[in-house]
Amino acid sequence: MSYELIGISVLWLFLYGYLIVASIDFGAGFFAFYARWTKQDHLINRLISRYLSPVWEITNVFFVFFYIGIVGFFPDTAYYYGNALIVPGSIAVILLAIRGSFYAFENYGSKKNIVFLFLYGATGLLIPASLSVALTLSEGGFIVKQGETISLDYWALFTNPLSWSIVGLAIVSVLFISSSFLAFYASRAEDHAALKLIRGYALFWSTPTIIIALTAFIYLGQHNERHFQNMMDLWWLLALSVAFFMIAMWLLYNGRRYGLAFICVMLQFFSAFFAYGIGQYPYILDPYITVQSSATSPAMGIALVVVFIGGLCMLIPSLLLVFKLFLFDADYVKGKK
Amino acid sequence: MHSYDPVLYSRLLTGLTLGVHIVYATIGVGVPLMIALAEWIGIKRNDTYYLLMARRWARGYTITVAVGVVTGTAIGLQLSLLWPNFMRVAGQAIALPLFLETFAFFIEAIFLGIYLYTWDRFKNRMLHFLLLLPIVLGASMSAFFITSMNAFMNTPQGFDMVNGKMINIDPLVAMFNPAMPTKVAHVLTTAYVTAAFILAGIAAFALLRGRNHVYHKKALRLTMMAALIFSLASTAIGDLSGKFLHEYQPAKLAAAEWHFETSDKAELIVGGVLTENNEIKYAFKIPYALSILAGSSPYTVVKGLNEVPRDEWPPLRASHYLFDGMVFFGVYITVVALWHVLAHWRRRRKGSTKKPLNRALLIAILLGAPAAMLAIELGWIFSEIARQPWILWGYMKVSQGATTALYVDRMLWMFAGLYVLLSVTCIYVLIKMFKNNPIEAEFIARGMKEGDVKR
Repeated sequence: MSYELIGISVLWLFLYGYLIVASIDFGAGFFAFYARWTKQDHLINRLISRYLSPVWEITNVFFVFFYIGIVGFFPDTAYYYGNALIVPGSIAVILLAIRGSFYAFENYGSKKNIVFLFLYGATGLLIPASLSVALTLSEGGFIVKQGETISLDYWALFTNPLSWSIVGLAIVSVLFISSSFLAFYASRAEDHAALKLIRGYALFWSTPTIIIALTAFIYLGQHNERHFQNMMDLWWLLALSVAFFMIAMWLLYNGRRYGLAFICVMLQFFSAFFAYGIGQYPYILDPYITVQSSATSPAMGIALVVVFIGGLCMLIPSLLLVFKLFLFDADYVKGKK
Repeated sequence: MHSYDPVLYSRLLTGLTLGVHIVYATIGVGVPLMIALAEWIGIKRNDTYYLLMARRWARGYTITVAVGVVTGTAIGLQLSLLWPNFMRVAGQAIALPLFLETFAFFIEAIFLGIYLYTWDRFKNRMLHFLLLLPIVLGASMSAFFITSMNAFMNTPQGFDMVNGKMINIDPLVAMFNPAMPTKVAHVLTTAYVTAAFILAGIAAFALLRGRNHVYHKKALRLTMMAALIFSLASTAIGDLSGKFLHEYQPAKLAAAEWHFETSDKAELIVGGVLTENNEIKYAFKIPYALSILAGSSPYTVVKGLNEVPRDEWPPLRASHYLFDGMVFFGVYITVVALWHVLAHWRRRRKGSTKKPLNRALLIAILLGAPAAMLAIELGWIFSEIARQPWILWGYMKVSQGATTALYVDRMLWMFAGLYVLLSVTCIYVLIKMFKNNPIEAEFIARGMKEGDVKR
C-alpha cells in the first residue's frame, strides 16, 4: 500500500473518530441546555457533565489531528480549501472557540450560568452544520478556479439542495449518536430517570436521521453521478449500515443492552461513512485534488506514517486509561468517586 | 482608510490570533511545571500547603487551558485559511513538526483530564503526581515542535527549491534547523519564568492586601526561586540567540540595533530616535557591546544593513524598540527575582521570617507578572516583524504566501470580537473562582486547623 493511501485511510478513520466523539459532545451540550430550559436538568445534567468534563479537550484534538494530518499529507488541500473556506472555516473556528471555552467557564468556574450554557448548547448544533460545508465542497461544483484565484460560489452553495441536506444530516446525526451514547451511559450509571428521558430522545431522533440520510443520498446522485455510482457499487456496505440501524432501533425500543445498541449505531455510521469515503476515491476535491496528485513528497509521507504509528503506540494506551477510569469504572459513572 | 488588501488583513489577523494565543500558551507551557514543583515538594515534605497550592493552581490553569486550546485551534486553521499559498509550498517541509505537535497536545489533553478528576482516587499520592509528568512533557514538547516549525521559516533547509516547488525534502534536516536550538530554549525558559511570575504576582497581591498567610509566602518562595533560575538561563540563551542571528540572519540583528555600516567594534544602541536619513539621535550607546554580543569579541565584524537590498529591510523602528523593550523587561524580572531570593536569604539568617515582607519588593513582584508577559509579547513581535519581508527567509515573501480571498477584513473584526469576549470572560471567571473561595476558606472547608493563619 502506498503511503498516500495509508495517509488518506488513516485520516478518514480519524475523521470518523471525530464524528463519533464530537457528536456525543455536541449533542450532549444541546441536551444539557434543552434539559435546563425545560426544567429537567436535575435528571441528566450531572450525568452529562460527569462524562464530558474529563474528555472535552480530547474531542478537540481529534479535529486538530485531522486537519493538520490532511494538510500535511496533501498540501494542495490547504491551497484549495484554505482559499475557499475562509468564511465558513472562520465561522466554524469561532463557534468551536466559544463552545470550548464556555464549557470550561461554566463547568469549572461559574456554575449555573444560563448564558454560558446557552452558548454551549447552541454552538453544539451550529458547528456540525458549518463543518459539513467542507464535505459538501468536496463534491465539486462550488469551488471556482479562475487563473490562480480560487473562490467559493456562495450562490451555488446556498441554493443547492445537496448542501442543505448534508447540513440537516449532520445536525440530526449528532443528536441521534449523542442520545444513544448517553442512554448507554445512563444505563451504566443505573440512573433510571435520566435513562427514560434520553431513551426518548434517541428514539425520537432516529427517524429523521434515516430519512435525511436517504434524501442526501438522492441529492448526491443528482449532483455527482460518479460518486453516486461508486457508492451504489458498494451497496452491501450501505445495506450493512441499514441493518445495524435496525438492530440499534430494536434494542433501544425494547430498552435493553444499551451498550450493544450504541455499538450498532457506531457501526451504522462506520459503514455509511466508509461507503461514502471509498466512493469518493480517488478525489479529495472533485475535480481539482486527487489522492495521488496532491500527496506530499515521499520522504515526508513516510516520516508522517512512522510518526503516526509511534504516536498511536502512546495514544491507544492513554485513551484506554481514560476509558477505564471514566467510562467503564462503574463507581465513577454512578458518581461515587 | 486602507483599500481592501488581503495580505495586510491576513498579517493583522495572524498577528492578532498569535498575540492572544501566546499569552495562554505561555501559561500553558509554564504553569504545569510549577504545579509539578509544588505537588512534588508537598509530597516530599508532607506539607499540605504545597499540595493545596498545586490544587488551586491546577484549578485556575484549567480555565486558561480552555482558551489556549481554542485559540490554538484557531491559529492552526488560520495557517491554511490565511496562508494557503505558503502552506501549499512549505507544507511539504513543516508537516512533520506540526503533526508531532498534535500528538504532544493529545497526550497533554488526555492526562490533564485524568489528573484533574483523580485528586482523591489514588491511595498513593505519588501515582497522582506521576500523571503530571506527561502533562509537563506534552506542554513543553508542543512548544518544542511548534517553535521548530517557526525556526524553519527563519532558517529554511532540508529541501531544494525548483520552480517554486520543494523537492528532495529531508524532514528531519528541516526540523533540526540552525534557528531551532536557541529558539526552543528561549521559548521554554521564558515561558517558565513568566508562569512563575504570574503565580508570584497573585501571591504578592494577596500579601499586599494584608492577607499575611504563610501559604502566600511559601508560594512566593517557590515561584521566585524558579523564576531566578529560569531567567538567568533565558538571559544566557538570549546571548546565544544574538550569536545565532549574527551568523544566520544578520539583517534581523542589524535592524534591531540600527547597525548600517559593516564594522568591528560595533556599538549597542539603546533607545534613541531614527531620523528620515537614518541618523541615530538621543540614543544611549554602549561601545563594543554589539560585537561582543554577536561574537564574544570586540573585533567581531558585524554586517550592516547597507549590505542588504533596500526592499529586504525589516521595519527599522519597530524592530529596534521591540527588541529594547524585550530586553528591558527581561532584565527587570531577573533583578526582581534576585532581589526576592536575596531578601529571603537575609531574613532567614537574621531569623526574622515572621515579619511581613518589604512592601516595595511585593509591588515589584506584582509588576513583574505583566512585565514578564510583555517581554514575551515584545520578543515574539520582534522576532516576527524583523524577518520581514520574508515568510520563508530567503525563499518566499509574505505577499506571495497570503490568501487572495475576499472578506478577510470582516473575519479580522469577528475574531477580534471573539478574543475580547474570551479574555474578558476568562478573567471574570478566574477572579470569581478565587474570590469566592480564598485560601483561608479552603483550609476551613478541608477541616484543617487555622493555627498557621497569621493576620
